[in-house]
Amino acid sequence: MSVTVYIPCDSAALSVGADTVADAIRHEARIRDIDVTIVRNGSRGLFWLEPLVEVEVDGNRTAYGPVTAADVPKLFDAAFHAGGSHPLALGPIEDHPFLKNQERLTFARVGIIDPLDMAAYQSHGGLTGLRRALGMTPEQIVQDVTDSGLRGRGGAGFPTGIKWKTVAETACETKYVCCNADEGDSGTFADRMIMEGDPFTLIEGMVIAGLAVGAGEGYVYIRSEYPHAIATMLAAIRIWEADGLLGDDVAGSGKPFRLHVRKGAGAYICGEESSMLESMEGKRGTVRAKPPIPAVAGLFGQPTVVNNVLSLATVPYIMKEGAEAYRDFGMGRSRGTQPFQLAGNIRQGGLVEKAFGVTIRELIEDFGGGTASGRPFRAAQLGGPLGAYVDDAMLDLAMDYEALAEAGAMLGHGGIVVFDDTVDMAEMARFAFEFCEIESCGKCTPCRIGAVRGRETVEKIIRGEDAARNVTLVEDLCDVMTDGSLCAMGGLTPMPVRSAIKLFPDDFDRPLRHAAE
Amino acid sequence: MRTYAVHASVVRNLRDARRGDYRMTDISTAAGNALRDAVCSICGRHGDDPAALLEILHELQDEWGCVEDDAVPMLADALNLSRAEVHGVVSFYHDFRTSPAGRVTVKMCRAEACQSMGALKLIEDICTRMGVPLGGNGDDARVTIEPVYCLGNCALAPAALIDGRPMGRADIDKLENAIAEAAA
Repeated sequence: MSVTVYIPCDSAALSVGADTVADAIRHEARIRDIDVTIVRNGSRGLFWLEPLVEVEVDGNRTAYGPVTAADVPKLFDAAFHAGGSHPLALGPIEDHPFLKNQERLTFARVGIIDPLDMAAYQSHGGLTGLRRALGMTPEQIVQDVTDSGLRGRGGAGFPTGIKWKTVAETACETKYVCCNADEGDSGTFADRMIMEGDPFTLIEGMVIAGLAVGAGEGYVYIRSEYPHAIATMLAAIRIWEADGLLGDDVAGSGKPFRLHVRKGAGAYICGEESSMLESMEGKRGTVRAKPPIPAVAGLFGQPTVVNNVLSLATVPYIMKEGAEAYRDFGMGRSRGTQPFQLAGNIRQGGLVEKAFGVTIRELIEDFGGGTASGRPFRAAQLGGPLGAYVDDAMLDLAMDYEALAEAGAMLGHGGIVVFDDTVDMAEMARFAFEFCEIESCGKCTPCRIGAVRGRETVEKIIRGEDAARNVTLVEDLCDVMTDGSLCAMGGLTPMPVRSAIKLFPDDFDRPLRHAAE
Repeated sequence: MRTYAVHASVVRNLRDARRGDYRMTDISTAAGNALRDAVCSICGRHGDDPAALLEILHELQDEWGCVEDDAVPMLADALNLSRAEVHGVVSFYHDFRTSPAGRVTVKMCRAEACQSMGALKLIEDICTRMGVPLGGNGDDARVTIEPVYCLGNCALAPAALIDGRPMGRADIDKLENAIAEAAA
């Protein structure tokens, strides 16, 4: 009888040798004449255990990890293909505390199935949401999404249903659905995991969005740093086209929906929605002034839904289980779940999908197990390079749009980057300006010039030149950038800078460094 | 999109009429002719649609190793854009280079998550070990090490991408081996 072995094809798993492990298992099975079927699944998101190999025996999956090619002969000696015990055995991975304490709705299938297996997708609940949506009026779909309380997972947190309603009510022959997959924030990888691990759910969400707003064409804008995600999305689209689920007649409904992939070119600013639209039109990715908002005049000047990968990938769940089911998760005005991403100097880095309201401490300590270096925790940056730093005293804050905003921080795309006590926060403030300098689109002056002046001034502080006066100058510059920038790039660069100055003043109080040193 | 379809056909006629007679781009060398053929065929594959400029530039760079200055007026002609518009796009995006990279391209992440695991020191070390400046080529053009900001592998920092192959938990020895392997 054939044994099914699951080896992730997620690029994080590949980055630590998943392909080599797959080759070794194939080779060893051949030598030993054991019939093994290898399935390349997405990642479960327990990255410190990658490559995480699972063996299915009698419908039960037993995990082993982290597996290296050198471990493979010994694993076969221990009869791992029959679920045998071995020092790397982890038991059923669903029972691992890291996974057991999650609420996986958007990520329900990621890591479980072959991302391009349509039969497996359907047997795990895929397409149920689309089928239900096909029987509803556009107004009903929009109402369901609105009732679910889903808010934009890209960082801004704008209610998805209201955005869809605006596009639906704007009379126009040509409308578009654009998926923002330009996931450039350091510390985030949830979009990539969806595209590599369950691309069908994103496509399903986009088709439903098209039905809801009356759009017949969609684009996914994926950053060029994600070659594997691009390849998987392109393959997934071809499968949907072949199955008649994309094209001129979606699943026999008589309605068209065509989907294209656009590849970015290494510009962080193109994650800003209006820059992304410019880039998709083949232009420099400069920010557009608003209004008009993209919902009224977006891609090629037409009404356009612009949503993040996670927002769109959550829609099939809402359609399938109903708005109530999704709404029941979360707290306050933050409904549902958020895929949090634990990154940086953390022992157990990975993906934690959890209802809003979980505290930062629970995520870093309970799920993450503290720092990777074993040194004391010093700071964490929430929500990407434009997000605030938090210190130990703030770790009991709940992860919720409003609670974080009140504390001067932001949720962003749900990334958490952990630093141990060796971090120099003045260096991190300098880097925030440097990053803005490199990635600014250059359209507005506060961002273009402010970033350069900010970096120079923090460099003076680091050299100990008039530190106190220059800190005041930086704070003043932060006011100008916050109030005067056209978009979040210049407007939020002050957030990490200010939080670093406020929480770690000692790092900015430096004695003059002599030239001789 | 219909406006673009009409637009593209007009452009195609114009281009066909002028094929071989690009006054601005007349480069009477074999290399110049080959480049022009490449530009025309790539643009043609995309229906001479100016909205596909990024895709076109990616493909040109994949085939030619870079988007050289001579290609700019050719692209402008084919897509009915000004040279300034094409140059603006080429120079805006970090991905596009105007001179070829080394035989192996290594993208090293220097964003926050990788910094928290010592990426800056690692980048400095690998550049020293390879004898190349960050972002530039060495004398023998064997390897180019480029800074990038996030490869989406932040839980396995420091992260790198060697000729498109991801590496997590990178260290100097792993990097050196991977570069040697890619160059072989």
